[in-house]
Amino acid sequence: MPRIEIDELRCKGCALCTIACPKKLIAMSEQINNLGYRPAVFEGTEVQCTGCALCAEMCPDVAIKVFKEQ
Amino acid sequence: MHQVFKRPVSLKDVQTHFCPGCHHGTIHRLVAEALDEFGLQQETIGIASIGCSVFLYYYFDIDVIETPHGRAPAVATGVKRARPDRFVFTYQGDGDLAAIGTAEIIHAANRGEHISVVFVNNTTYGMTGGQMAPTTLLGQRTSTSPTGRKPEVEGFPIRMAELLSGLDGVAFSARAAVNTPKNLMDAKKQIKKAFRYQGEGKGFSFVEVLAACPTNWGMNAIEANERVGREMCEYFKLGTFKNTAGL
Repeated sequence: MPRIEIDELRCKGCALCTIACPKKLIAMSEQINNLGYRPAVFEGTEVQCTGCALCAEMCPDVAIKVFKEQ
Repeated sequence: MHQVFKRPVSLKDVQTHFCPGCHHGTIHRLVAEALDEFGLQQETIGIASIGCSVFLYYYFDIDVIETPHGRAPAVATGVKRARPDRFVFTYQGDGDLAAIGTAEIIHAANRGEHISVVFVNNTTYGMTGGQMAPTTLLGQRTSTSPTGRKPEVEGFPIRMAELLSGLDGVAFSARAAVNTPKNLMDAKKQIKKAFRYQGEGKGFSFVEVLAACPTNWGMNAIEANERVGREMCEYFKLGTFKNTAGL
């Protein structure tokens, strides 16, 4: 199943990935990261994520990795 | 599992100094992806400018020369003429390219230097505190136009991509944005096209990329991103203005 990995230590909480996700599977955390921002967190399930990588494309900090089965 | 999206090799794995939602990071990545795709990492000399784009050498895993304000096209001219076997691109903001370095960019373009220019237009001087730039939109409030830019006092925003396309020395001129996934894909294509122009020895290529500056616009990242589509794309039309080789 496709999945994404968000590097919470790199995320600056701009939330551009949340508007890029066609399925709205990303939300902002309530926790503060080491940079002082509320990082993005993946809230969907692997079944919902299609691995389209639009979130990663939009992320200005290249903090998202996208994995898919071959 | 196969990783379908990863950091380009030409982009160092470091934290950038850019504000949250700043499009510089995105544009850095697109440039690095283009360098990777063409296998140019080892033979590229990047020419950095003054402004938030100043730390090119921290973020790109390529050779970079840092130049004084606006002089990147002049330095790129020297580098490319001395080392024509190298891939040379400049990365400049609008304060640097459209104001301080107007003479350099226009003459480098007019001479048809075999360099590529990535021009990041965020309608303000980002690093120095949000002063008005030549590209600041009419009515836009900045720290030096606190009541909004007025054409009778400050003139009109400069459309650099169109302006340069009027010069015979320019082979390729285009404008793109990275505010939506669709525009971002187009921006990637335009940057690659510009790099191909140099790679194939077809002359001077120029890509303007519209970018958000949330901090100096006084907006959050989402609002600033929306403004790019709502206001900037209205005045600064996206598209290709010159494509002499038809790439």
